[in-house]
Amino acid sequence: MNTPAELRYTRSDEWVRIEGDTATIGITDYAQSELGDIVFLELPEPGRYLQVDETFGVIESVKAASDLYAPLEGEVLEVNSALQSALETINQDPYGKGWMIKMRLSDPSQAASLMSADEYRAYRNL
Amino acid sequence: MQRTALYEAHLKAGGRMVPFAGWEMPVQYAGILQEVQAVRQRWGMFDVSHMARAYFRGADARAFLSRLVPSDMGKVAPMTGQYTVLTNERGGVVDDIIFYERTPDEYLVVFNAANRQKDLDWFHRRLGAWGLHVHIDDQTEQTVMLAVQGPEATARLEPLLGAPLGETPRFGATVVEWRGVRLFAARTGYTGEDGFELIAPAEVGVALWDALLTAGATPCGLGARDVLRVEAGLHLYGHELTDDTNPIEAGLGWLVSERTDYIGAAPILQAKQQGVARKLMGVRLQERGVPREGYPVLIDGAPVATLTSGVYSPTLEQGIGMAYLPSAYAKAGTPCAVEIRGKPVPAVVSTRRFLKGG
Repeated sequence: MNTPAELRYTRSDEWVRIEGDTATIGITDYAQSELGDIVFLELPEPGRYLQVDETFGVIESVKAASDLYAPLEGEVLEVNSALQSALETINQDPYGKGWMIKMRLSDPSQAASLMSADEYRAYRNL
Repeated sequence: MQRTALYEAHLKAGGRMVPFAGWEMPVQYAGILQEVQAVRQRWGMFDVSHMARAYFRGADARAFLSRLVPSDMGKVAPMTGQYTVLTNERGGVVDDIIFYERTPDEYLVVFNAANRQKDLDWFHRRLGAWGLHVHIDDQTEQTVMLAVQGPEATARLEPLLGAPLGETPRFGATVVEWRGVRLFAARTGYTGEDGFELIAPAEVGVALWDALLTAGATPCGLGARDVLRVEAGLHLYGHELTDDTNPIEAGLGWLVSERTDYIGAAPILQAKQQGVARKLMGVRLQERGVPREGYPVLIDGAPVATLTSGVYSPTLEQGIGMAYLPSAYAKAGTPCAVEIRGKPVPAVVSTRRFLKGG
């Protein structure tokens, strides 16, 4: 199970890549593997302001439906619209082409509260 | 938790094991979508050894069965199978089963894993009450059962088992000699595709699995099995069938004969003659979304039923499900909606023949 060291992680299995005051968010390799084949994805419109732990979307596999939670507070800048016609990308490349949203963070220092790759691996017993 | 004789083989094939009806079974191997596609386009195999298998033996075996099920016993002949239901006094369904006549005094009954003890108790209680002489021999743990399904299944199995399986009619059965043991091969399944269900002594289970794997059968888990059976509009006990569903409203009127000498015949014949208040129908989403069991079905915005099953159909690239709809709405083409997370998603009522255009 892949957990890149340069990313931060949530207890609800999102990953976050912080670059200055922007964050790119997706679901982890572990999450896609647990869900299995993704068949439905609902993401927010750009411009929406998200609070920490607010639901920003829904992901469904053949087996299960799962909410997506904002790891940090901020505005949605961009949504990966290419995913809708290629949901398998989330299974195949969860940390790359499978990214879901980019946010402008209201307070980038909040990222310190997220788990490191080591902490996430320990949390999920990976 | 019980394990089938193929437990280690599943792990070796990358199977992800989950608890199911008291058994540890593979829910998927490579992925549900590709497993479904393998069965629809080529061939796949399922370990269904968790399903219960019992022999009814004795001079009264046929009379015993005839009092448990509504089927036309005139159609029962050696080496043929019947899909049918065990009915209760209220005309409800105790379980859905397939029984095969091997000889007029030996029947093989295949029933749901989740109902194994319930059905065995049902059989024994009736046997005692009716004073019939039948020996019930539960062979579930002594045997394995593999479902080999798909458009290529029969042609692939023929050379592998060295038997002209193509000559066996649908729901027919034959016995094949393979590596010194006898396999029971029935042209039945739960996918809507052609194929066979093979029953073999547990000792040769792994050898049979490996031979099928080497021949190119895609191992398929419970996840694919559920998608395939919903796409085929087939019932699953505990979902479309329960102790309180009548076979007529379940769309199983075709298997109900005019006989009056089985348990629950009176309420079932009454339903057949007078009609039913609700009918099991298909529902197809007209927009993106995944319908799931328990989601409300709305007509003109008002809930009229809940889905008994629902899946994303990769074959149709559409969400589909089944529901017991009030008869007034139980007509293909009726507009409806499925409520998904509080939002109505437009849908249409269809027959359960999803793959045939519904």
